Order: sequence, then C-alpha cells, then structure tokens
Amino acid sequence: MSVKASSAKDVVLARVREALQVPAPPPHLKSHDLQEAAGISNARPAGAVGTFKPLSIAPLDVARPWLPEGGQTPEERMHILCDNLKRLKAEFHRACHLQAAAELIFSIARQRDWQRVAYHRHELVDPVASALHCATVCIGEPASFDKRALEQCDAGITACESLVAQTGSILVSSATCGGRSLSILPPVHIVIAHIDQIVATLEDALHDAKVRHAGRMPSMLSFITGPSRTGDIERILVLGAHGPKELIVVLVGESP
Amino acid sequence: MQIDLFIPCFVDQMTPGVGLAVTRVLERLGHTVEFRPAQTCCGQPSFNSGYWDEARSVAIRALDVFEGAQAVVGPSGSCVAMMRVFYPQLLAGTPHETRALDLASKTFEFSEFLVEKLGVTDVGARFPHSVTYHDGCHGLRELRIQQAPRQLLRAVKDLELIECDEAESCCGFGGLFSVKFPMISTAMAEVKGGSLARTECEYIVSSDPTCQLQLDGWFSKKKMKPRTIHLAEVLAGGDA
Amino acid sequence: MSVHDATTKAALPAEAKNQFLHDAAEHVRDIDHRSFVRKALGGYYVTRDSQKAKYRDWEHARDAAALAKWSAVNRLDELLPLFVTNFEAGGGIVHFARDAQEARTIIVDLVRASNAKAIIKSKCMTTEEIHLNDALEKEGYVVVESDLGEFIQQLRGEPPYHFVFPCMHVRRGEISDLFQKHLGTEPTQSPEELTMIARRYMRQLYVDADVGITGANFLVAETGQISITENEGNARLTAALPRVHIALSGIEKVVASLADLAVLLPMLATAGTGQPMTCYNTLYSGPQKNDEPDGPREMHLVLLDNARTAILADPEQRDSLHCIRCGACLNVCPIFKNVGGFTYGTTYQGPIGSVITPHLRGLSDWNHLSSASSLCGACTDACPVRIDIHHHLLHNRRNAVRASPKRLEHIGHQLFAFVAARPWLFAAGGKLFRWSLGFLKKIRPPLLRQWLETRDLPPAPPKSFRQLWKERS
Ligand code: SF4
Repeated sequence: MSVKASSAKDVVLARVREALQVPAPPPHLKSHDLQEAAGISNARPAGAVGTFKPLSIAPLDVARPWLPEGGQTPEERMHILCDNLKRLKAEFHRACHLQAAAELIFSIARQRDWQRVAYHRHELVDPVASALHCATVCIGEPASFDKRALEQCDAGITACESLVAQTGSILVSSATCGGRSLSILPPVHIVIAHIDQIVATLEDALHDAKVRHAGRMPSMLSFITGPSRTGDIERILVLGAHGPKELIVVLVGESP
Repeated sequence: MQIDLFIPCFVDQMTPGVGLAVTRVLERLGHTVEFRPAQTCCGQPSFNSGYWDEARSVAIRALDVFEGAQAVVGPSGSCVAMMRVFYPQLLAGTPHETRALDLASKTFEFSEFLVEKLGVTDVGARFPHSVTYHDGCHGLRELRIQQAPRQLLRAVKDLELIECDEAESCCGFGGLFSVKFPMISTAMAEVKGGSLARTECEYIVSSDPTCQLQLDGWFSKKKMKPRTIHLAEVLAGGDA
Repeated sequence: MSVHDATTKAALPAEAKNQFLHDAAEHVRDIDHRSFVRKALGGYYVTRDSQKAKYRDWEHARDAAALAKWSAVNRLDELLPLFVTNFEAGGGIVHFARDAQEARTIIVDLVRASNAKAIIKSKCMTTEEIHLNDALEKEGYVVVESDLGEFIQQLRGEPPYHFVFPCMHVRRGEISDLFQKHLGTEPTQSPEELTMIARRYMRQLYVDADVGITGANFLVAETGQISITENEGNARLTAALPRVHIALSGIEKVVASLADLAVLLPMLATAGTGQPMTCYNTLYSGPQKNDEPDGPREMHLVLLDNARTAILADPEQRDSLHCIRCGACLNVCPIFKNVGGFTYGTTYQGPIGSVITPHLRGLSDWNHLSSASSLCGACTDACPVRIDIHHHLLHNRRNAVRASPKRLEHIGHQLFAFVAARPWLFAAGGKLFRWSLGFLKKIRPPLLRQWLETRDLPPAPPKSFRQLWKERS
C-alpha cells in the first residue's frame, strides 16, 4: 500500500472516530420493546468511543419471525422452493436418482441440439456430463481455463451449495461450483442438486456456508434467484439480460 | 367531558363553519365544548420554513394557552400533528419539554378523538350523497389516522363511500410549498384531484381544511364539478 | 441546456436553484412524460405489494433492517477497521479515499498500472458520484457500462434518471433509434429484442476486458466480504472475466455480520423492485484463490469518504447513512414522479438525494431541494431501513436558516410570531385580510399570484370563528 493511501486511511478513520463522539438517537421503530432496548443501549457517555453496544439481540433474531416463510418440514420446504422457482420463471425438475437426471439433461441437450456443454468435476455433475453426446468442456485447473471456449458453450452444468426455500435462491461458490464464470457466462445454467441440500432460509444458507468454509471463504459466493433479467426498458420484464436466459434446476432424490 | 377546541388560524379566518360543525357534533354527544380566544396559530408556517426560533416562541405560547386542558381537539390533521409530533421535537432540551409532551398527549384530531378516545363511530348523522375520502398526509403519516374517518363515514345514514385509486397520495398543498413551488404543487393537485374526480362522487370528504383549499381551488379553476367538504360538516349534517 | 451540464455546473450560488425551478416548470408541462413514468412505476407497485405480503410482518422486518444499519453505522469506528483487516486477509487490497478527487486518482492509477486496454463496468452510483468515467476517458480509456439501463444512458450521454432504474424515462422507440445509430442494428419495438442486442454487443467485451469496475452494496465486517446486488448478471461477469477487479464503495456500507444480509438482501429487493431477491447477490472476498478455476488475479477496493463522515458527525441526520439505495423513496415520491429525475441535478435523485446532497455539495446551493417538498412523508413510510427522510428535509431547512437567514423572509416570520403572540392583533389582522382579500386577488401580490395562476381562492367569510363563537354565547 502506498504511503499516500495509508495516510488517507488514517485520516478517514480518525474522522469516523471523531464523528461518533456524539451518540445518535435510535431509529423510530414500530416495536416498543425494541425501541426501548435500542434507547437504553444507546445511552453511552459522550466521548466513550468504541463502547457502542447496540442491542443484546441481533437484528436477525428480531427479524426471523417476520421474514417470508421458509418451511418447517422438508415437505414444506420443497413445496415453497418449487413455488418460488416457478414464480421466478426457472425450470424445475425432479429426478428420483442421478441416472434419471442424466437422461433428462441428455434429452434436453439433444432436443435443443446443443453442440458444447461446460461442466465441472463433481459427484452430482460428472454422471450427467458424461451421458451427453455432444462435446463437453471441463472447467477445472486454473491453468487450463479458457474463457473464450466457455463463451462458445450452449450451457453450463454446476452443482450448488444449497437451495433456499424462502426465496427460491441457489447458492453457488467459486470453490465448489466450477469457479465464477461457469454459472453465469453460458446462456443456460443447469443446476444438479440433491434434495437434502434444500434449506429453509437465507440465514441457514449463510450459516452453513460459514461453517463449511470455516476460515477460508471462497473468493465468490453467489445467490442465484431465477434466470438473469432486466426491466430497464419501460420496466417490462425480459429474461436473459447478460447472464443465463434459462435456469434449469434438477433435484435428485426421493421425495422427502 | 370538557373539551377544548383547537381552531387553527386558517379555520378561524377562512372556514369558521368547520369549527361550528365540530362543536355541534361534540355537543350532540353530550360534551362541554370550550374555545379559548387567546389561541392564534400553531406556528407551523415558520416551523416548516426553517424558522424554528420564531416557531418555538409561538409554540410556547400555545402551551400557555392550553394549560390545564383535559382534551384539546382540532379539525385539522396537519395542525394537530404540529402540536403532537413537532412541539416535543421543537422544545426538546428546553424547560418547556415536559409541558410539550403533556399537551401532545392530550391533543387529538377530530376523527380520532371520536373513534379512539370517545369510542363513537355513529354520531347519528345523515348525508344522502356519494363521497370519497381524501387522506391528508399529516393525519395519515404523522398521526397514523386512516380508519377512524372511514369508520365514521360508514356509519352515516344514506352515505356511500367510494375509495379512489390514489387515496394515500398528497394533494400538493404543503403550506408555503404551494406558492414557492406552484408548478409542482399544481401537478400534484392534478394527480390527486384527477383520481378523486374519477370516483364520480358528489363530495370529497377531508379532515384538513388546507387540503380542501388546494383541491377546491384546482377543481374550480378547472371548472370541474366535485367539491370538498370537511368531515365535521358531514357528521353535523341532519339527524337521522 | 442539457441536464448533464446541470449536474456538473451550478457553481454560482442560486444557479442550481434557478435551474431546478426552470427544469421543474418545463417538466410538469410534459404531461406525456409524466404519465409515461407513472405507468412504468405501475407494475412496480403491484409486484412490491404482492412480495411485501409474503413477509409475515413487513413493518417488524423494517425494524430489524433499521437496527442492523443503525448498529453498524454507529459502530463504524470499530467495524470499518475490522472489515479492512478481514478483507485484506482474503488477498484484496484496500485503498482509502478522502474525497472524489482522491478516489479518481487511485482508480486511474490502478487502471494504468494494470496496462488495461479495455474496461468494463457494472452499475455503481458511487462511480457516478465521483464522475469516474469522465476521469478515465480523459486518460484515453474506453469504459463500457454493462448494465442495460446504464449502457443506454451512456449512449445517450446522460446521467441516470433514477438511481435504480437509470433509463425508465426512455421509450423503446428511442432505444431502437439509439442502437441503430451507435450499433448499426435493425430497428425494433420489442424490449426483448433490444435487450438481446445489448447482450450480444456486450458479450465479447466481457471476454476482452482487462479491468472490471463494480460498486458494492454491503461490506461484511465479520467475514471481510463485499456484497453486490444485481439482476442482469453483468456485475457477475464483470467480476469474473477481467484480470483486475476494482470495486468502489462508500465507507457507510459496512454491516456487522453475514447474518445481517439474511435480512437486508431480501428487503432491498422487495423495496427496490418487488422481488423476493434480486437475481444475483454475490459475496466477494478477494481475487481468485489458487485452487479456483477462474477469476481476477487482483482485487482492489476503494473506500470513499467524500463527506460521509460529515453526515456521520451530525447525529440528527446520521441515519441517512443507513440508506441501502433501494430507490423505494423515489418510486413513491410525488415530487420525483412529477418533476422527473434530471430536474434534481444531483447524483442521487428523489427524497434521499434531497437529504444528502446538501451534505455532499453544500447546503446553501442545495437547500432548495429540501424546500421543494410538501412533506407528505410517503418516502419515510417506504424506506426499508426507516430513515426519517422527510423530517430531515425540515432539518435541512432549519440548518439553512441558521447558516444564512434570508433577511426579508426572516422579518416576515418575526412579524408573524409577533402577531401570533397577540390575539387582538391576530384577530384584527385576520379581519383586515378577509376584508381586503377581494382587492388582493385583483392586484395579485407575489405568493398570492403564484397561487391564483393555477388555483382559485374562495371569497373570505364575513366573520371569523372567534367572532361567531362570541356571538353564540
Ligand atoms: S432512503 Fe430508504 S427508501 Fe430511499 S433509497 Fe435509501 S434505503 Fe431506499
């Protein structure tokens, strides 16, 4: 880091400390209990920098009961997830075993005459990719990554870390789902997941990711919620702005 | 109950009938109504223009005027919001803060006073017309009054209440805003007035005389038919 | 005069205000435009309401979102250094910038050091705030905005009209003409086809670009990740394919923990566009790791102050730093809907822009935005993080008076307070006013004239309430 930048850092951090000398009132909340809790905790003596203790309760603990439902049981979660994916205009399939998933993707690929499909090494993805009759591009070693070749592919197949019932989101990471581009560059994104990967809420998905990658977060974690879209032209919805036009989710496993 | 009228300056000078209607309704319900002639204005024009020192002196005077009142009731969401919401802010940290909070706790807008405080929705009125209700922004968002006037209207005999599609939109009055930025203010009146007119109701009921000024002014200029009427005047109307 | 000029000019006092008055008057006359914008927002209200209904209690959820931002902003002294440490542990490099000039210099230097030929950019209002594209173009770099709306605005040579919906004021036919002129494509009236034209055009640019520039929506202190929210996938591509990723963010975007995002991400989407989540919500913790197949080799994060610490130092308005730039306050604002985005002449339009612009660019030149409001409060009700937006407009008005009261106006208010303190004088003044109103309407003094141009005034009643009351008893 340059000398200049580090001095800017010192200046900005000093301004921040200085600015926070005077406490700010808590926001106007609907909940009286919370308002009170926030008010009391905010009573810090002027000049006591760094002692701001907002609340004994985390915002998420406050919000949990009020956010959209994620489902209590596996059945409920499955139901909410399907409903959300449909609403998001994602294509959704169930396959009782991996073999069935492979056949499904095979027939989609043939039907659409895909020439080249990209994938990454993963126990759920390998059997699907190897059943394809078209050419395949395996995204793996950094040294062999070829963005131009990937750009030519008709579809990308990835695994995922979890599926979030609450929002219909799919969590992918650069460490476990074939890097950053595979799930965004090809015009079709196929996700092969196991039904056990469904979680109720974003909170669960974030928590699991933190535990899974303890101490070493992948350089990218991305929640994908439906196919790419834009409303920039007259606020009219168009799918496939820059990312995939289609998102195909295949859930493998017997009904929960 | 002993009730003190809070008659905003605009009502005093321009729409005194609204004050009389409020009195009639409250008296009909068996309450004693008082008017303290020392009252003048709540200070909102100065407050909204940023002249808080001047507004503060007016506010402190209002605290003196209404000293000892049991309940202060006014026929304007906007002016009541000034007393209830903004006096405590304006006087925070001054020796008058407690008195401001005290006055705030017993000041009510007319419709909320009837419904929330007196528990009355049917005041025995009859008004054989179709009406739509215009929410004044201060009543709606500073005082959170939305259902009370509608409950009162629904209980009026022979009255038909129709909601417009922009019920929560501002009419564009905004005090001095209406003359400092007349083009924006008028554009807002167009939107709200248009929506109200589309209901094809005979009357537009409001709880804020200054919203009425704006809407009637625009309708009249446009030679459009609907006219506004204050909620108190509807409720004071002919006993069923 | 083009609107873009208005954003960069306005150096002389009162110039920004006059421009505002002029543009507002022009704009409200354009009924077609106003109804076009209104119609475009119509769909938003429907999807927003149906998505809000999925929350078991949206109002309580707002409490939580407000607390998350309140507690983070008020602990910025602790969380900002923590974030920096954690982010740097992931291999990214942090640069602090005191102001816009410093941020521009840092980014231009980084671009130069990377030997970049082509730069791709995803939507980021903070780069608009510091006029980054102008700075890069002056150095001879070609910067392409990849977000569809921003791309359209770039081709039009205009700043964004709305900080979430940049080209919501542009009709499809105009976009078709624009693409025909700049990209040589066939005319079309289909939004779908127009989107595909941009998609096809942009694809090779992603692959060829050496540097990708993005913003950030949240900085997660606990894990040192930056979070980027988008719908099109352009930010994902911008941060995936180029060798170097540069992100620019205001320092106020810090949140304490990853769990806070479980509240803020869905609420940002619901308030902003009525979605359950936007399509892509991505966390970046640094450049490509050595066991990952792709990604940029370098990642730089520029953390910008640019008067944010001045807002932080004002406890009354500190909550305006809670803003997550969802745009909900614009979408419900009757002023925005009637005067349009350009009239503001600011980077951040609408109610929140009126609150913060005086801090960013000076109160005396920009207080008129705070005056140009009926204080209806629709913005405050819409804000997912419960910023006291419309009351801050009152605070700005008060601060402006404190800083430099206008003499005549001041005397007027003093006179008013004097009269209000004397009931007999008040009554007499009222009488005089009522008695002379008919005459006043004829001579139309200022203020009354502004009223009468578009609205009638009823005749004054013969007696005031206080007179009638006296007669009654
Ligand atoms: S002020 Fe609130 S409503 Fe407006 S953009 Fe910011 S977060 Fe959204």
